[in-house]
Amino acid sequence: MSAKTLFEKIWDAHVVAPETADTPAILYIDLHLVHEVTSPQAFDELRSRGLKLRRTDRTLATLDHSTPTLPAGADGERPYANAEAKAQVAQLEVNCREFGIELHGWDSSERGIVHVIGPELGATQPGNTIVCGDSHTSTHGAFGALAFGIGTTEVGHVMATQCLLQRKPKTLAIHVDGELPKGVGAKDLILHIIGHIGVDGGTGHVIEYRGAAIEKLSMEERMTVCNMSIEAGARAGLIAPDETTFAWLQGRPRVPQGEAWDRAVAHWRTLKTDDGAQYDREVRIDAGTVKPTVTYGTHPGMAIAMDAPVPAARNAVEQRALDYMQSRAGQPMQGSKVDVVFVGSCTNSRLSDLREAASVLRGRRVASGVRMLVVPGSEAVRRDAEAEGLHEVFRAAGAEWRIPGCSMCIAMNGDLAQPGQLVVSTSNRNFEGRQGKGARTVLASPATAAASAVAGAIADPREYLTEVAA
Amino acid sequence: MRPVTRIHSRTAVMADENIDTDRIIPARFLTTTTRAGLGKLCFNDWRYLPDGSDNPAFPLNRPEAKGCAIVVAGRNFGCGSSREHAPWALLDYGIQAVLCSEIADIFRNNALKNGLLAIVVSAAEHEWLLANPGIELSIDVEGQYIALPDGGRIGFVLEPFARHCLLHGVDQLGYLLHNEKLIAHYEQQEKAA
Repeated sequence: MSAKTLFEKIWDAHVVAPETADTPAILYIDLHLVHEVTSPQAFDELRSRGLKLRRTDRTLATLDHSTPTLPAGADGERPYANAEAKAQVAQLEVNCREFGIELHGWDSSERGIVHVIGPELGATQPGNTIVCGDSHTSTHGAFGALAFGIGTTEVGHVMATQCLLQRKPKTLAIHVDGELPKGVGAKDLILHIIGHIGVDGGTGHVIEYRGAAIEKLSMEERMTVCNMSIEAGARAGLIAPDETTFAWLQGRPRVPQGEAWDRAVAHWRTLKTDDGAQYDREVRIDAGTVKPTVTYGTHPGMAIAMDAPVPAARNAVEQRALDYMQSRAGQPMQGSKVDVVFVGSCTNSRLSDLREAASVLRGRRVASGVRMLVVPGSEAVRRDAEAEGLHEVFRAAGAEWRIPGCSMCIAMNGDLAQPGQLVVSTSNRNFEGRQGKGARTVLASPATAAASAVAGAIADPREYLTEVAA
Repeated sequence: MRPVTRIHSRTAVMADENIDTDRIIPARFLTTTTRAGLGKLCFNDWRYLPDGSDNPAFPLNRPEAKGCAIVVAGRNFGCGSSREHAPWALLDYGIQAVLCSEIADIFRNNALKNGLLAIVVSAAEHEWLLANPGIELSIDVEGQYIALPDGGRIGFVLEPFARHCLLHGVDQLGYLLHNEKLIAHYEQQEKAA
């Protein structure tokens, strides 16, 4: 048998019908995650054709994008951004009831951002194919699952048939050698990688992240890395499952138990790229050279170390991006005045991210004139954080502690920045207007976000982390 | 889906690279539960000035761009989110084809499933198209070429199944449903394993 990559092993195991010159492969989908924004038109399609949802046991829904992050008022009314957002959430509740889907809605103690709760529930498992009408589905690749975002038409395909029509993508190995320096994390690494390969560097490919620095990452850190694969244009990001993965998953509600667990782990151990398997492309990154990294333009590929000078624009589009951001070529981003700080999103809203931000904020204050929002990724993260008293740390520092949701990452629930404001954000996209019309987004790690909140300007978190340790 | 065989139009140029889905349709408009009527929101934050009037700097607001159904866009058009609202908005606005040297994967998939021709041309041909706005093009889906005003042609390749579906108005969900036996067989084998 010829040597295979991790991607090929997962792909081959899910082929219902192989691709031919004329037709794409029919690929079986193990898990379909659903949320309120990209599903209503697909449910309508099923209804208009009189179709059922094929595998309710492989479908899981939650509310996250349009949901307010402030609690319901005394009258029980939730502060939706508008009537349409409220109606959209209500529509998903109706659709899930009608089609028999498990919904982690307002009354669920497990509700949260779709890419946070999938892993928490153990629904995300190695070797699975996972899709969702959301491009950050790539997050689940951290577990060695082939996970990618799809459009609403395809959401309907999976609902009706549990399958998708797919051409086999190419593979790109990103080897991350060496060790990340102290105080430099997964978010810095993935911003550094995208800055290196470019915002379209992964187009047409599935990325496999591998190497010594990747193996050392925790599951939360691996999720942060895989989450942003789409920001390099890649279909998906993958990391081979290992002991870290198995230890993280064991005992979660949806994973096998007892003997079935042992059998599953024995299978999962085979999910790695064979020696001698060929990738279509390979890139090497030295983890030792990565510094606290931020974006300076209007896409995630415009990323550099915060103390490095902003590169001169190479064309009119880049100049427009610098003008929009008010970034100055030749000057570092470090020291730029900050208006808003956002800690949250499917990239960085897990417990470890909140701990990282809290470790900087403990005993300190958010600078005057800076607004800081901390939005946990799920009800489970919120519970755990509150049990540790992290919410008290945030509140004592002057930050707002919210209830779970996508919030200011996509800014469609009313959490947004004003025109011209500079936002240091732990989210994944710094497109023009992403966090509010005219808002300027700088992507950064939770530690950098917290340090910048305290300093009132983009700041190196290592200065703060050292002080706490001393 | 209605068949799409040929599109004839003048071109409008949007030269910016990396025009992302948030620019095509900002996220705050995604609270809709239908796919209709998104054209008026297409490029909303770029197309209009704060007072609601047309922004003269928006490429498709130029008089010569009015009514153009073919857009020549800068590299990596449609990057970002998986929202199918992007092709829905473009089609409703009146755009039927996007020509580019590279198009983001999810956007391209979504576009073709809705009859919006997302066509990749070579870097050299892309340069030429960007430099020659307003020319009359005729896109032939069957023959996979773009006919130029001087009689020349630019070839392109569509994924064969997507092309077949465009030409014949084939519904891809119908095709998948037709393969029920294979899907059931896969599920049985999986259960047995």
